Amino acid sequence: MSTAQQSGPLIHVDDVHKVYKSGDVEVHALRGVSVDVYPGEFVAIMGSSGSGKSTLMNLLGCLDRPTKGSYVLAGREVAKMDKNELAEVRNEVLGFVFQSFNLLARTSALENVELPLVYRGTKGSLRHAKAKLALERVGLGARLDHTPAQLSGGQQQRVAIARALVGDPKVILADEPTGNLDSQTSEDVMALFQALGKVGITIVLVTHEPDIAEFASRVIVVKDGLILSDERQQPKRAGSSIEPSPVVTEASA
Amino acid sequence: MNPLVTILVAFRAVLRNKLRSFLTTLGIIIGVAAVIAMMAIGAGAKAQVEAAFTAMGTNLLIVMPGTTKAGGSFGGFGSMPTLTWEDLDAIRREAPSVKLVAPQLRSNQPIVGEELNWTTSVTGTTPDYFDIRSWPVATGTMFTQQDVDSGAKVVVLGKTVVEHLFGANADPVGQTIRLGKSPCVIVGVLSTKGQSAMGQDYDDAAFIPYTTFEQRIQGGLSKYVQGSFYVQATASDTTQKALTEVTAILRDRHHLPVSADDDFSIRNLAEIAGAQAQGTETMTTLLASVAAVSLLVGGIGIMNIMLVSVTERTREIGLRMAIGAKPRSILLQFLVEALVLSLAGGMLGVSIGVGTATWLAGKFNWPMQIQIDVIGISVVFSALVGIVFGLYPARKASQLDPIDALRYE
Repeated sequence: MSTAQQSGPLIHVDDVHKVYKSGDVEVHALRGVSVDVYPGEFVAIMGSSGSGKSTLMNLLGCLDRPTKGSYVLAGREVAKMDKNELAEVRNEVLGFVFQSFNLLARTSALENVELPLVYRGTKGSLRHAKAKLALERVGLGARLDHTPAQLSGGQQQRVAIARALVGDPKVILADEPTGNLDSQTSEDVMALFQALGKVGITIVLVTHEPDIAEFASRVIVVKDGLILSDERQQPKRAGSSIEPSPVVTEASA
Repeated sequence: MNPLVTILVAFRAVLRNKLRSFLTTLGIIIGVAAVIAMMAIGAGAKAQVEAAFTAMGTNLLIVMPGTTKAGGSFGGFGSMPTLTWEDLDAIRREAPSVKLVAPQLRSNQPIVGEELNWTTSVTGTTPDYFDIRSWPVATGTMFTQQDVDSGAKVVVLGKTVVEHLFGANADPVGQTIRLGKSPCVIVGVLSTKGQSAMGQDYDDAAFIPYTTFEQRIQGGLSKYVQGSFYVQATASDTTQKALTEVTAILRDRHHLPVSADDDFSIRNLAEIAGAQAQGTETMTTLLASVAAVSLLVGGIGIMNIMLVSVTERTREIGLRMAIGAKPRSILLQFLVEALVLSLAGGMLGVSIGVGTATWLAGKFNWPMQIQIDVIGISVVFSALVGIVFGLYPARKASQLDPIDALRYE
């Protein structure tokens, strides 16, 4: 981790506030959060509902802008960016994994994975090749043509992870990625994340399950819009039951 | 996002709900089909009316003599001859907007051939008459001005008369027939003219020089014309002028005081033809506007289903935004989808419209003209309907907040 820290933080959040207005009432979702995340870290953000962890996740994911404060992602100040610039940052720097997978129905795994590259304007043949590689990296090289309905929950989530991976992101943001999965499948997904961390991809994961947070190298607990604790830990090794086992390597393309 | 992919995604979205897409575009389909069928049949009807009047003669005025009035009973047109041969010459000489003038004396007469006989309408006139009616001979020649001057016993027959006297494919030029009591040499046979708008057979007629008509049928030369004048104006836009000129000349020659009515009447066939054609056109336009309203309703249908589609696919929109779709990409995606719907409806409507027009024309023996420009306009219009009515739902989609959209249940 020392080498990673020398290269400076990938995510630099400095005194970020977020205020929502619902009618006349102002809701302070974040009240001054500062956090640095370094390349290759596997961060779990924990907190109860209403703690502000979702708001923090949305800000980190460039889906929303802070009311006050600074957010530098991969060297770029994103707090003042407009919608189009944010879309570009999401496309180029980030990858998303959601609790409910959010795959396009009746669309093959390959095409689902290609989607971020479509918006990047990547040409067809290169797009196919990259999407195929991404699916192979998560162990789904044999299921390129399957639609979500033909895949199990765990497989669907791996397609979603491949989709997050395909654009060679610096950070993968996962919002309750195991919320809809059973415990063994959850551990498979966590093993995949741990493997991705080994090849230098930073992972930020939101969860409310402590046994999921155990797999992370750092746990941040959010409460009432503030960071309650921020501790690095020795991650628990996740055992994978995936056959064939994923071949997580550095993307060659 | 490149245009090809956008179109592909739109097609897939449309095909995903085939029945729904079809029902949505039904308004456009019916609208376009109705416009195309109406316009095709309307144009056909208009062309038929125009053709019927062209067959009578182009830019034509017919001058008819006045009527007798005896004890409150009117005699009808031509019952009192008021037009003289000098009137005819005067019109020819003095009216600058008149190109040709020819007399038309008419009587039904039996014509006797070698074996058969046939009673037909015999017209006495001059060679100009055939120019006015643009009616050339098919075989033989027209009778000439010399024939007119000398009162030659020559006749030009219509096709129907030839068929009845000599058989369908006979060439009777040079043979002699008896017209009333006079033997006449057939010098020519006219080309086929067909039927009038009322179903009268133009080809059931025989033509002789008017001098011959007067001597042999009328029983002597007369100062007055026992028939009417066919007047051709120099052009279609001078028919009204020609009418004014002819009226002035005739009133002057007949010494009519300003207060007196005309002792003749003039029919402007171009005007009647125009009025008829315009009537057809008005009807067509009316029907087409009703069809256009259906297009509009179709557009609202598309807007409705696009709004439903945006709502249904809110999560998909959220996801697309999260992974990097710009608002513009989302806008374009839904706009193209609406366009695909409306264009597909338009094209389907064109084929159904053409099919319906063809079927109706065949079934009721109506004339019809498929108009390429109407097809083009319909397709462009339906595309426009798609864009206009697709814009609001597409804008709505593009302005969704990705966070809310992703959380939408």
